[in-house]
Amino acid sequence: MKKTRQLLMLFVSMISTTMVHAQEKNDFEKFMRSEGRSYVVVAVMLTILAGLIIYLVRLDRKITRMEKEK
Amino acid sequence: MQKRWWKFAAIFLLIYTFTAGLLTDIPHLPALEQTIRNLYFHVCMWFCMMILFTVSVVNSIRYLRTLDLRYDIYSRNYATTGIIFGILGYATGAIWMSYTWADPNKPLSESFSTLAREPKLIGAAIALLIYFAYMVLRDSINDIDKRARISAVYNIFAYAMLFPSIWIVPRMLESLHPGGQGNPALDTKDIDPGMRMVFYPAVIGWTLLGVWITTLKIRLSLLKEKKLSQ
Repeated sequence: MKKTRQLLMLFVSMISTTMVHAQEKNDFEKFMRSEGRSYVVVAVMLTILAGLIIYLVRLDRKITRMEKEK
Repeated sequence: MQKRWWKFAAIFLLIYTFTAGLLTDIPHLPALEQTIRNLYFHVCMWFCMMILFTVSVVNSIRYLRTLDLRYDIYSRNYATTGIIFGILGYATGAIWMSYTWADPNKPLSESFSTLAREPKLIGAAIALLIYFAYMVLRDSINDIDKRARISAVYNIFAYAMLFPSIWIVPRMLESLHPGGQGNPALDTKDIDPGMRMVFYPAVIGWTLLGVWITTLKIRLSLLKEKKLSQ
């Protein structure tokens, strides 16, 4: 329960900071919008890759646990 | 303690592929333009497939030499992952082809009859179908030892068929794929040096990912086997 609340807080803070950043148009924002916004594609692809790798790592751990039970 | 460093290597190399592959400079090629970056993705799928099929056939030979069923499980799972990478290579190739080889002035369906003559497409389809037959053959035999032995022998034939169908014949016929003049992917004078700095790490990264997925599948199969024998 405590963990979910912490995660939720983290998530909310992340969203609010990105919203503030969007208003400020800071360096990060400028960087993302340069080169015809191709860095957005890089970010999307890295997110997908991260998701797949996290899935694989979790699967790996689950199987390791099953192997140890025997 | 298991050795895990190669999994970190796979993650690192793939992150490198996804960022450097999109952001580094490429030579200007009139027909391909930015789509040449698909070299780091589409071509790597086929490299990975080829390496996984090679590991599969090596394990088939090991099975035939030792008759240890563990090697049969290895060879089956490496072949399955190889097929998945082959299908991904085919799908990505279809997308790439639609924007480069297809005539932009005509609807895509009208270019189909000319593109379907591409010998590498037909050869790769034959190679993949032979491996589909490997799976069907395996799973249709109930006797464990007979299944392992027959499919190991079939796997060697399937691997041998890969060479004429995807390496030799497409290069003898007129093809849109590069390769008629030699071996462009491995020729050090053919690929731009900047692109080679991304291409070879990309091949290793994708292959390690394929091996990772396969080891998970193998461990799961071995666990199932253990449960059945208890």
